[in-house]
Amino acid sequence: MSEKAARLRGKDLLGIADLTPSEITLILDTAEAMKEVSARPIKKVPALRGKTVINLFYEPSTRTRTSFEVAEKRLSADTLNIAIATSSVVKGETLIDTALNLEAMNPDIIVMRHASSGACHLLARTCKAGIVNAGDGMHEHPTQGLLDAFTIRERKGRLQGLKVAIIGDMLHSRVFRSNAYLLTRMGAEVWACGPPTLMPAGIEQLGVRATTRVEEAVEGADAVMMLRIQLERMQGGFFPSLREYFQVFGMTPERVRLAKPDAIVMHPGPMNRGVEIASEVADGPASVILDQVANGVAVRMAVLYLLAGGGDDETAA
Amino acid sequence: MPILMDRERIGRSLTRIAHEIVERNRGVGDLALVGVRTRGVPIARRLAASLRDITGLDVPTGALDITLYRDDLMKTAIGPQPIVRRTEIPFSIDGRHIVLVDDVLYTGRTIRAALDALIDFGRPSTIQLVVLVDRGHRELPIKADYVGKNVPTSRRETIHVRLAEIDGADEVTLDQTEGEPA
Repeated sequence: MSEKAARLRGKDLLGIADLTPSEITLILDTAEAMKEVSARPIKKVPALRGKTVINLFYEPSTRTRTSFEVAEKRLSADTLNIAIATSSVVKGETLIDTALNLEAMNPDIIVMRHASSGACHLLARTCKAGIVNAGDGMHEHPTQGLLDAFTIRERKGRLQGLKVAIIGDMLHSRVFRSNAYLLTRMGAEVWACGPPTLMPAGIEQLGVRATTRVEEAVEGADAVMMLRIQLERMQGGFFPSLREYFQVFGMTPERVRLAKPDAIVMHPGPMNRGVEIASEVADGPASVILDQVANGVAVRMAVLYLLAGGGDDETAA
Repeated sequence: MPILMDRERIGRSLTRIAHEIVERNRGVGDLALVGVRTRGVPIARRLAASLRDITGLDVPTGALDITLYRDDLMKTAIGPQPIVRRTEIPFSIDGRHIVLVDDVLYTGRTIRAALDALIDFGRPSTIQLVVLVDRGHRELPIKADYVGKNVPTSRRETIHVRLAEIDGADEVTLDQTEGEPA
């Protein structure tokens, strides 16, 4: 009894840009099985027993780091968190030196978030361990893209042919980039909408439709994804005020009504209520924001399982 | 490719096993069937149908994926992983008599994994094992309670179970493995 071999081609997950549609489907299908594990009375399986996973976070993160840690623990991996504030990076150690020191302890997977785009690629070339990108600068946040796609697929049954509107700051958003790669690759129609100052030049090259009119983006959409206005990156005067941003781009109940009647509203968190999304929408019936959090654990379990590698695919019956 | 069991033979074996299950458990109260993915699942469904014919009662039936409990999961650093599928056990197994169902019993390692997986769902009162084919070569102290057919094999041979629900037809065959024994 042998089954189709299931694998990702690389040892790392650095970005959605590197994944084929069949690899994406494999991760999403595996995540479905993993989601059931979280619903069990004993929420733990022994798949990654004896594997060491290091969570190396150079940027603050509660949701993503917790989500990875829960995923690792549910797979029985040994986990180790290194937060920047307590590490020797504050003493001046370079990323490569930190990586080599961690590598000497022989971890199997390193999950890293870093403020610089491409930091994970550098780590992946240096380390034997598998690297999972948990967000690198303004580049990619692949597990967020995967969990968003999983959530849409769970609600809509498919990705192909759906209209997905992504609204907010496209310029700084790694969540946008990962979602744009993933959703267009899987055949969805992606609309990007935000202030012109926050839309990178040549955005259409990602295969998305761009507009500055939120009504146009939302009209007839199957899913509406709000991006966080990253207040820490808004020093450049990209728009006049948060209040005006909400009036022009904020997701209000009236705007949600332009989308399909069964449309879902998503947000990667953390939300700025009253800036990019009205509270009535965030807590309303169309919101799947908390489903996204739950699905994040399942998707990260799938990624860790698939990257941790295993034997051949012959099933000893 | 000698045919060990055809459709009639498989049907008769499962009907017989259903009767044995009823006899041994004195009915089907507190009984539940759990099929091991992939081919244990349709066999468990067929047994449930037989048990309904015999007793008029519906026996809860679930599906168990043991991939995450396999002992050969992480043998190499990087490589293809077996596909994980959903486990669906929509009932409590606490205090129940669980009849675990698989197609072929060979080394016993799948059943070892299934026992570990099952026990993470609760504390069944007993676990019994049904297999359609027992081909020998056990590597663990595991034994089936109900067997469709005992087939002496060499390790170079492979048993293929095909079922209508998955493969389009019912058939058990004995094939020569090319290369290394599995």
